[in-house]
Amino acid sequence: MNWEVIYKFLPKLLEGAWLTLELVGIAVIAGLILAIPLGIARASRHWYVRALPYGYMFFFRGTPLLVQLFLVYYGLAQFEAVRQGPLWPYLRDPFWCAIITMTLHTAAYIAEILRGAIQAIPPGELEAARALGMSKTQTLFYITLPRAARIGLPAYSNEVILMLKASSLASTITLLELTGMSRTIIARTYLPVEIFFAAGMFYLVIAYVMVRAFKLLERRLRVDACQGR
Amino acid sequence: MTLDLYGFGPALLAGTLMTIQLALCALALGLVLGLLGALAKTSPNRFLQWLGGTYSTIVRGVPELLWVLLIYFGTVNLMRELGSLLGHPELELNAFAAGVIALGLCFGAYATEVFRGAILAIPRGHREAGQALGLAKGRIFWRIILPQMWRIALPGLGNLFMILMKDTALVSVIGLEEIMRRSQIAVSLSKEPFHFFLIAAFIYLSLTVLAMTAMHFLEQRASRGFKRST
Repeated sequence: MNWEVIYKFLPKLLEGAWLTLELVGIAVIAGLILAIPLGIARASRHWYVRALPYGYMFFFRGTPLLVQLFLVYYGLAQFEAVRQGPLWPYLRDPFWCAIITMTLHTAAYIAEILRGAIQAIPPGELEAARALGMSKTQTLFYITLPRAARIGLPAYSNEVILMLKASSLASTITLLELTGMSRTIIARTYLPVEIFFAAGMFYLVIAYVMVRAFKLLERRLRVDACQGR
Repeated sequence: MTLDLYGFGPALLAGTLMTIQLALCALALGLVLGLLGALAKTSPNRFLQWLGGTYSTIVRGVPELLWVLLIYFGTVNLMRELGSLLGHPELELNAFAAGVIALGLCFGAYATEVFRGAILAIPRGHREAGQALGLAKGRIFWRIILPQMWRIALPGLGNLFMILMKDTALVSVIGLEEIMRRSQIAVSLSKEPFHFFLIAAFIYLSLTVLAMTAMHFLEQRASRGFKRST
């Protein structure tokens, strides 16, 4: 093991790690915002409300993220209308393509988590809200969503870790995040084992910190106390 | 939108077959690793417990793509040394073998947890009954524990297999000619990236649906005798 090389390229790797964090951070927050209406619609009793989110989630959960990235980054440029359109400055940029794709991708998974959480709320609690004379909207905002958030939080933390790992795919569309940066360094140094080892350690540390942070959040929201079914 | 394949149909079909082969080989390796990992984690031996735990924690914490790259590019020197020991200095790991090892490793790490859950879900009395009958340890595992684990572990393994199938796309990065790589080649010649990547997406979707159907039947079969007839 050549430790000096790792030490020498540590600033570069940190730079890559920062981009990774940016990608994951934006994607999981934007994905959550997008997933809330999707998840609510997916848990609906009416089939025509369920159908659209179902199709969306089926596509994004059934195909690899790599295909989705290529579709957005390479695929959209095929159409003249896109290249002339107002969004072209964003769709030309690998950073925004990665953000858009990862957001759409993770939103499908988060929506599925949310659907499961909404359906896991004990029916008695919703009936209680009804009995207290709450309207449908009130029930949604005061009972259903806060309750679903706590039921779904452990699964959401898993999804964030999965997205951390999935963000390595952004290196395939030329982004220099942790994996992309490592590959660039290796192209210069020809030391794959050392650099990939260092990158792997970075991922492990980031994942560990995220897991601890979510554990703290769970304690703060008293997730355990709410699980009495 | 014209969706003719410019004669790339056979190439994409070959890519699909390659993807399926890769997924099945990685599944076989992953199941073995997962079973070993779960046995290590549930064994009374402290060292084995540590080994199983470290394996599943480290492999699950590092991206699959990094494993694919590390195993493909990182083993070049190792294989050369091994090769010169065996008298074949040009020995190297091809993309398929690297993909199988990397994906099998990742599948095995997750499967470790699934199998461990299944082992813990089997009532202690069953093992004790085996001991009372004077069966050897290995026999208790093969005849009593393993057949029951299958039913409990199946849904979890099914999910992992779906993930594995989508992860096969990553092996295109090291040049294995599976669906994604074939699509990229088709794109570079036809200049129609959207169409070909969309076709690739639909091939993956149909593979997922196929796997889901197969899992449904396997689960039905495995739960014979456990479901109440209605």
